[in-house]
Amino acid sequence: MFRIGNGAGFSGDRIDAPGPVVDTLIARGGPAAMFFEVLGERTVALAQLEKRRDPARGYEPMLERLLEPILEKCARHGINIVGNFGAANPAGAARAIARLAERLGLGDVRIGVVEGDDLSGDIDLAQLEVVDADAMLDQGGSAMVSANAYLSAQPMVEALRAGAQIVVTGRCGDPSLALAPLIHHYGWAEDDWASLALGSAVGHLLECGSQVTGGVYYDPGFKDIPDPANIGFPIAELSADGRMVITKADASGGVVNLQVVKEQLLYEVHDPAAYITPDVTLDFTGVSLREIGSDRVEVLGVRGKPAPERLKATVCFEGGWLGEGEISVAGPNCLARAKSIAEVLLERLRRRKLNVRPRVDLIGIASVHDDDSGTLWRAYTGPEPAEIRVRLAVAGAEHGDVDQAAREVLALLCCGPAGSGGARWRTTQRIRTQSYLVPRASVTPRVTVKPAGEWL
Amino acid sequence: MAGLYDLVRVPLHAVAHGRAGDKGNRLNISVIPYEPEAYELLAAQLTPERVLALFAHRRAAKVTRYDLPLLHAFNFVIDDVLEGGVNGSLNLDGHGKTNSFRLLSLQVEVPPRLVRAPRRRRKDHQAP
Repeated sequence: MFRIGNGAGFSGDRIDAPGPVVDTLIARGGPAAMFFEVLGERTVALAQLEKRRDPARGYEPMLERLLEPILEKCARHGINIVGNFGAANPAGAARAIARLAERLGLGDVRIGVVEGDDLSGDIDLAQLEVVDADAMLDQGGSAMVSANAYLSAQPMVEALRAGAQIVVTGRCGDPSLALAPLIHHYGWAEDDWASLALGSAVGHLLECGSQVTGGVYYDPGFKDIPDPANIGFPIAELSADGRMVITKADASGGVVNLQVVKEQLLYEVHDPAAYITPDVTLDFTGVSLREIGSDRVEVLGVRGKPAPERLKATVCFEGGWLGEGEISVAGPNCLARAKSIAEVLLERLRRRKLNVRPRVDLIGIASVHDDDSGTLWRAYTGPEPAEIRVRLAVAGAEHGDVDQAAREVLALLCCGPAGSGGARWRTTQRIRTQSYLVPRASVTPRVTVKPAGEWL
Repeated sequence: MAGLYDLVRVPLHAVAHGRAGDKGNRLNISVIPYEPEAYELLAAQLTPERVLALFAHRRAAKVTRYDLPLLHAFNFVIDDVLEGGVNGSLNLDGHGKTNSFRLLSLQVEVPPRLVRAPRRRRKDHQAP
């Protein structure tokens, strides 16, 4: 039996989540590992921009806060830690962990770094096939910010075999982060598709942290969970015979039941017969679930097919600017006042000939379900709500035009209809992404393992 | 199965739950009936055409439904619905995560015994 716990499902996750998971792994005993998934599609590009400003940065900003509570315990109990904390700067992340380890008196802890996912230096986009889900996205020839291949679990396994107790990667397959310690423990072959599928299914189910234990799940009155302010993060148990059980940290809120595991099994899945990772192609069509105890669900029937020949690489480009402004109206006639604000804002952008693509939302009437032309709020005939917040969003290539457009919301504080207030506006740089398929031979992972003291 | 006169018209949310996830400009939404018995009824009513119509105002191009009878679940894949995806969209919810509840607002006809009324307490987190 090997147990693997998840400590984070995205950059920005609850930083007090990993502690109870580690405590549970220690209490249950037996071999175990922790993994952290903190690298969204665009996160690496934002990190790359940060690294341009400060070459020492560009890795997971919450790294020290996530690891400080667990580093000493994990080292003492032989619980290896794997995480894509590296973002645009895996070696920088390793140095940050090394400084933390030294401070905690753990100068001997061995830190492994996986690099080689960063293809920005030598990628020729014209030679590569575009992944179809993104084929509609137009990049408009803007400057490349980052290009990263999704590495498989193998370089992380190499680091673990070289004695790494903490493995830092940049971009890799999200499920690969959980698969690597399992390959290391069980010694699965690189073409043992059945086992690799099992380990990758563990990764798929756990890589979003609390999403398999009650996060993104609870719906008061319909799907309630205990203590949503303290959702326990997940743990998977995998036996040598392939038995897989999903459970969670002890003494925590949240839930592991059939419903939440089904939701997460299908999360971000397209064809359930072919969920592609760098390590294996998963087939979920034979999966069935069994509730075998309190917060314990057994997952049966995961099948594996050969890994894809090429790796996915995500390329990020400068995507111009996003401007946003919001202002509130409330009380009698607020719907008419909100609609007036919307029309006035659009008219102002036209009159000033600002080169932006606008959208207006009536938050409280229709926003997140609406489209850019406001089809839903324009068609709304229901009762007037107590309050409405009007939001203007604009996209454009030039910062000046975008900023001026967003400031039109601010101007409404004096020029707008009666009783409008609470204006906010901001302008942010946008990143656009496009995914490509790259031959495995063009990607060369590099693995470095040394004690903390030697990283400084 | 109940006769037609027994059916009630309710939002899908009263019968099923689900979750949305994005990849680029493509969204997937799982739909999972609370009662396995509802699976066949929903299979007949949750056609890709109806789901496409629900997202027509966002110019969704195509809906593919994958059926998972062992899990009593459906997976809807909706192409080009995110107006550029998280990186290009002007929508507050560029990931499209809130759209699971747009799909759950679709009206379906089911026997009353399959309808879930909101409760103060549910047994979800208890062992069988």
